[in-house]
Amino acid sequence: MSALPATPTAALDGVLQRHGHCPTELLQILIEAQDLEGWLPAQTLTHIAQSLHIPRSRVEGVAGFYSFLYTQPVGRYRVLFSDNITDRMLGNTELMDALCRKLWIEPGKLSEDGLVSIATTSCTGLCDQGPAMLVNGRAIGQLTHRRINEIAEMIRQQRPLELWPAEYFQIGDNIRRKDSLLNLDMKPGAALAAVIELGREGWLQEVQKSNLRGRGGAGFATAVKWASARNASGEPKIIVCNADEGEPGTFKDRVLLNSYADLVFEGMTLAAWAVGASEGFLYLRGEYRYLMPQLEAVLTRRREAGLLGHHILHEPCFDFDIRIHLGAGAYVCGEETALIESLEGKRGTPRIRPPFPVTKGYLGRPTVVNNVETLAKTCLIALAGGEAFAASGTAQSAGTKLLSISGDCAEPGIYEYPFGVPIARILEDCGASDTQAVQVGGASGVCLAGYEFQRRIAYEDVPTAGAFMIFDGSRDLFDVARAFVHFFAHESCGFCTPCRVGTSLLQGFMDKLADGHGAKADLADIDWLDRLLKNASHCGLGSAAPNPVIDTLQKFRPAYERRLVSLDFEPAFDLDAALAEARQLTARDDPGAHLHTHEEEEK
Amino acid sequence: MTKQFLLDGQPVPFEDGQTILEAARKAGHYIPSLCWHQDFPPHGSCKLCIVKAAGRHVSACATPAKEGWEVESNTPEMNGERRGLLQMLFVEGNHFCPSCEKSGNCELQALGYEYEMLTPRFRHFFPERPVDASHPDMLLDFNRCIFCELCVRASRDVDGKSVFALTGRGIHKHLTVNAESGRLADTDFSKDDLAARICPVGVILPKGRGFTVPIGERTFDTETIRSRTLKEEKS
Repeated sequence: MSALPATPTAALDGVLQRHGHCPTELLQILIEAQDLEGWLPAQTLTHIAQSLHIPRSRVEGVAGFYSFLYTQPVGRYRVLFSDNITDRMLGNTELMDALCRKLWIEPGKLSEDGLVSIATTSCTGLCDQGPAMLVNGRAIGQLTHRRINEIAEMIRQQRPLELWPAEYFQIGDNIRRKDSLLNLDMKPGAALAAVIELGREGWLQEVQKSNLRGRGGAGFATAVKWASARNASGEPKIIVCNADEGEPGTFKDRVLLNSYADLVFEGMTLAAWAVGASEGFLYLRGEYRYLMPQLEAVLTRRREAGLLGHHILHEPCFDFDIRIHLGAGAYVCGEETALIESLEGKRGTPRIRPPFPVTKGYLGRPTVVNNVETLAKTCLIALAGGEAFAASGTAQSAGTKLLSISGDCAEPGIYEYPFGVPIARILEDCGASDTQAVQVGGASGVCLAGYEFQRRIAYEDVPTAGAFMIFDGSRDLFDVARAFVHFFAHESCGFCTPCRVGTSLLQGFMDKLADGHGAKADLADIDWLDRLLKNASHCGLGSAAPNPVIDTLQKFRPAYERRLVSLDFEPAFDLDAALAEARQLTARDDPGAHLHTHEEEEK
Repeated sequence: MTKQFLLDGQPVPFEDGQTILEAARKAGHYIPSLCWHQDFPPHGSCKLCIVKAAGRHVSACATPAKEGWEVESNTPEMNGERRGLLQMLFVEGNHFCPSCEKSGNCELQALGYEYEMLTPRFRHFFPERPVDASHPDMLLDFNRCIFCELCVRASRDVDGKSVFALTGRGIHKHLTVNAESGRLADTDFSKDDLAARICPVGVILPKGRGFTVPIGERTFDTETIRSRTLKEEKS
């Protein structure tokens, strides 16, 4: 390949050197090693294993886990179409077909000249400006047939990405409604100065008074988490900002990191002050890699301003710094113990809990993992005090919530509301009409039907990490649920039996229904699988995986029932489809090369 | 005074730090498992040891027992879930018991009998998993792998070799060996390793002998996995 450096081993050694030959950096090393040749040949894995003095099998195990690491060749142009349901509603399937046709390739396959490969990927967090794609890791939104034509042409001409039109890569914030957080215009360091004044204990008390709860969805009290880590033994303590925003339909962290990075980093430093932590990580999902340079620039500026590093703001016992750690396409790493495994350079498999990360987290040290939005919000508490923060929102849900709104509405984007806002109000504000259902909280969240639109966004009613996808009367809720089931099957880490096999079986049942082979017996099996996944899974991914099916089966059952061909039983095995390969081999497609089912013959 | 919890209504004594599974088996109550091994820390992946403790589903192998807990295990509901999990393990791999050298000594098969699994229930996945016969002494038949990682753990933590590892993700997860060629012969694996004899199913098998004990006279042909496990646990 032309992109190969003259001496790949020398370049690879440079990568290893930069990461201090440290095995905990394995994922970062693999990501950068892949940049050299576009994929990870077997010899590269061997070389990395030898240099790090770890078994090759471990390197292969990690390389095989992450969607964005390739142990088989991929195209010099690697096109990944974002495949959230919102992208599908905006026509991503047709656009992908068009691009494949123009470039003469099949999805998921590499072109013979090694020029291009095209496939789908899980939601890229651009639902407000979809359909979207990643080309060699760079995000392009607002795809149209015109853009696809231009992209096909540029790929054919092998034009370097740097020479593609700059407007392709412009990702807008689309902030539509601001409240306390998005209106905050804080001078970097102001919140830090305030909490140093308060002292560590005083600051923790303010956070407690604020009733701040985690914005990642689970809603755990932030002050309790911080206090537990503070009281736990083990040094140095760690603050992790979870920016692995993988939940389909969520993109608020993208906007916070793009335009409010100072608030996020300051929030991490505020957490460090409370906990007594000295090391911080921003775990950035691979899909947001394009934000790396500007985030690094903010970190550098903050170090120069004395807001990171030794003796922060001249405080003698306050040392804290932040490193950015890239993910590589694994939704499960949003689960905090899987995230920590990934930070340690391992496969993103969730750990057995307890022990919880606040006592034994990163490398066995007390570790706080907070959501991007949670950390940004602590700046508000530092500046105006805990009571002022607790004054807005509802009794159990203090403050505001950022919602990522997408789907069938006039103005998709970011909306900040005080907790307690009714669904109906949100729908009105974003210009949604004829709304049939809203999926709140992403694929793992809850599907609300029309009769529930008076319910409110709050931990005590409809909790959410922020995704808000709208489906109008023209949408088929079965398709929505099926898309989410496919998502979970793709993202299951495969550790435990119920999730590994169950998500695939569920996908099989949904596909069987979609193909018109469903029977009532299948609905009973789906029910049974839903329950087993919920009960027996090792982590939240598996137990949330059946949510979209449970909700839509309950609230939109006709969408399932109209797909049933039989009230009893119908086999999943399709005799005619089994002959497809033989037909292709013999170049036949005449009636004699088809098996007709008994029923069809009778007609 | 010793602490105790109730397992299916019967008191089970335990010491602090003991898991539900350890305490139950010590007291003569059987809770099934595939990935658990007394010489290793709990793994918690197969989920066959699933019980309901204080109304919540937990893995008995990984959950420390708690004073006064009411734990449900040998109930139609829990056994039904276990049967379902076994069916899942059977359909995701390629398990042809009649032609398998491990038949009769296989824990997966024995549990299938124990939990009255009469059909596979779900569609078979029929994955393509070529065997590795490269090693002079041992054969790898990946078709039967259930991802308990006992070989991974034994090779890494006891043999000190890390011959085995898992790669891939989700339903595409699979066992791999520590060699660029992907061949067992190119690793330092030995038939004397603990990893060579720890597989609960028929993935890692010795070459050069087969059916030395006739089917019908093998471990689980003559004794159920339930009574054998409880006997081993006591010794």
